[in-house]
Amino acid sequence: MANIIKQKMMALAGDQAVAYAAKQSDVDVVAAYPITPQTIIVEKFSEYVANGEVETEFVCTESEHSAMSASLAASVTGARAFTATASAGLALMHEMLFVTSGCRAPVVMAIANRALSAPLNIHGDHSDSMAQRDSGWIQMYAENSQEAYDSIIQAFKIGEDSNVLLPVMVGLDGFTLSHTLENVETLSDEVVQQFIGIRKIPNVLTHEDKQSPFRLDPKNPMTMGPIALQNYYFEFKRQQEEAMKNALEAIQDVNKNYGDLTGRKYGNGLVDAYNLKDAEVAAICLGSTAGTMKTIVDKLRKEGIKAGLLRIRTFRPFPSKAIKSALRNVKAIAVMDKSMSFGGNGGPAYHEIRHVLYDSESKPFIVNYIYGLGGRDTSPTQLRTIYDDLQQILKNQTIEEPIKYLGLRE
Amino acid sequence: MTAKEWKFTSKDIANKPDLFLSGHRACAGCAPATVLKLVMKATRGPTIVTEATGCMEVVSSIYPYTSWATPWLHTAFETAAANASGIEAALKIMKKKGRISKEHVDVIAIAGDGGTFDIGLQALSGAVERGHDFLFLLYDNEAYMNTGIQRSGGTPHGAATTTSPAGRAVPGKLEYKKPLADIMIAHDMEYVATASPYYWRDLITKVRKGLEVEGPAFLHVFAPCPRGWRSNPAKSIEYSKLAVETCVFPVWEAVNGEYKLSIPSKVLSLAPQRKKPVSDYLKGQGRFRHMFKPENKALLEEVQRITDKRWQKLLKKCNLP
Amino acid sequence: MTSKYKGWKEIAPAGVCSKSSRTFLTGDWKTYTPILDLEKCIRCLICVMFCPDGAIIWVPDKKDIEFDMSFCKGCGICANECPTKAIEMKLE
Repeated sequence: MANIIKQKMMALAGDQAVAYAAKQSDVDVVAAYPITPQTIIVEKFSEYVANGEVETEFVCTESEHSAMSASLAASVTGARAFTATASAGLALMHEMLFVTSGCRAPVVMAIANRALSAPLNIHGDHSDSMAQRDSGWIQMYAENSQEAYDSIIQAFKIGEDSNVLLPVMVGLDGFTLSHTLENVETLSDEVVQQFIGIRKIPNVLTHEDKQSPFRLDPKNPMTMGPIALQNYYFEFKRQQEEAMKNALEAIQDVNKNYGDLTGRKYGNGLVDAYNLKDAEVAAICLGSTAGTMKTIVDKLRKEGIKAGLLRIRTFRPFPSKAIKSALRNVKAIAVMDKSMSFGGNGGPAYHEIRHVLYDSESKPFIVNYIYGLGGRDTSPTQLRTIYDDLQQILKNQTIEEPIKYLGLRE
Repeated sequence: MTAKEWKFTSKDIANKPDLFLSGHRACAGCAPATVLKLVMKATRGPTIVTEATGCMEVVSSIYPYTSWATPWLHTAFETAAANASGIEAALKIMKKKGRISKEHVDVIAIAGDGGTFDIGLQALSGAVERGHDFLFLLYDNEAYMNTGIQRSGGTPHGAATTTSPAGRAVPGKLEYKKPLADIMIAHDMEYVATASPYYWRDLITKVRKGLEVEGPAFLHVFAPCPRGWRSNPAKSIEYSKLAVETCVFPVWEAVNGEYKLSIPSKVLSLAPQRKKPVSDYLKGQGRFRHMFKPENKALLEEVQRITDKRWQKLLKKCNLP
Repeated sequence: MTSKYKGWKEIAPAGVCSKSSRTFLTGDWKTYTPILDLEKCIRCLICVMFCPDGAIIWVPDKKDIEFDMSFCKGCGICANECPTKAIEMKLE
């Protein structure tokens, strides 16, 4: 690890770390609208603009819908665009999320994950971004502020990759990460900009049968966002799926290169395995919960229990292969969901994990825990019961309750 | 070349290459297509167009074909002004950073009445408040024609549409057309105007003036739709003339909030006897057919009354008697 | 199965259009055809201004207008607006 670059420790809340990363990424356009618990990001960025610390056009839109529309338009004009939102704001963007991915605009967006109304709730869970999991965006979830900072920088590199060209959302748990001060190792502006580089615009075939830069350029007129009917729409959707597959590679490459530079790697970039190699029982979670879960795993290991944890860092594209491989020896699995899929028999992560393991040879037991909705605190004692349950399942060789609500009053 | 210098003679215009190309799939006799063709003749240099979902967006971009010889972006129904904001912001900063040439690029956002009066109004208001440098061009065919002739905030009183049909109990649309250009003036915009394609020179001059404004400009263009109005396709341009001659759609401009009638309407203010009755404009349009039934006489009178009232109000704003 | 349409690997991303609509002829839509009486035409170009389909072209070299029947949809706006009634719409 001798070649790791020198870094500066800063005390930053998650939102501040995100804003700082965006500042260092030489973003051209930020179009955003305030919403708790994301607001610190746009406030902080506004300060950078007000103090002349960034060369960025800051467009303070009148809604999240327009924030995404403006970000998308700026991106297809050739600019590097960044925005941030949460909860209802992300829901309002819903329509434009599909347009952005469909237009192959590599906008980067931070999501300070928060519950959806009603009832109104400003606290953290994953309902907002999970509801957008099929919008064609790459989705990453950070475990801590450090990772939020690192992931924003990486997101530009991943999304702008010419084999990818997809928008990226980076989730950080509302309040738990967004508002909590942590020590964050930061790079210098130069190093960040060198790592990402100036946005490269690939050439594509246009209507004069020539290769032109993939952006709105008066010198090379391009028609973007047309109507494609039964004869072509399907082909464009298939292209997006291919881009998602390519993103699996790009995320791993960027994670490795960034790791070589900084000394920080997040698993293989897709999933982060903790004590999984010989684990018999394992939990799977996203985001900040992993921090607490790791301490529980450590405790269990000391007690001689073969416990492990898998954190899904990249939820879209869903890293099926990496997950299957990481879980190949596990006998009982608990999937933790911080959101619900009403009437869908369990949360979204549970669905996907079960889907991935359907054709696995080991056929492990898989159960689901819905927890932490609306920012409900889940204590280490409660979390530990997950592993206790898994051991019980192994002992009885049967699942009594496949879907449980952790920390819910009956 | 400024609007004053360019003569806009018919030969000037005919000689200038089209940016809105033939082969689009608008209905025969579509005045919005004429409007777009003329508007694009008024450009003064590199121009990026962003368009809301609607008839003109659909007919000009059926993949793999495009009718646009200039960069063009469509994203959604309500987003024309928000897209223009993003494009303008991107051009500004990329120029500053030396990533693109310093040459000025005009941005035009185009939307129909649905994308302006209704679903796109919030984004438009926001973009204007922020002061982005762009021209918002509204082609007003007075209903949601693309989805099959549903009423919008721009549909006039009495008109029959598929969501305001002329039935036995309700004779067409009960509500009145939203005075949108006035709403835009209330944003303290430097340039707001209305135009009609029959007065093509006036239209083109106004487009050019709007582009020359450094900041947002708004142009409301009347655009008859033979399909939705149930009218003779050959008469689309004629209706755009009659709407002005009856004062149903006066043409004017407001520079920094100072209203001024444009010549075709000014003539009517000077010679009120030349102002035609609204029935001259309404007759022949299927959407108003029911108004000529004896039982709907009051409705016809009401359209005349509201037209006169709005015309008087406009004259007052123009400081005319 | 062969198709006249291209596959997903062969086309540009995001629906970037690959053909000018000038290669999509709309002339076969019409039921009426404009017939120009050159004697009556005063070359005011009003018809060029108003044609929604760009199907009437001013040819400066010839100092004359030409109809491009491959795009004319036969709407009759030109005939209706012609100040000298030099254009007549004939049923095809």
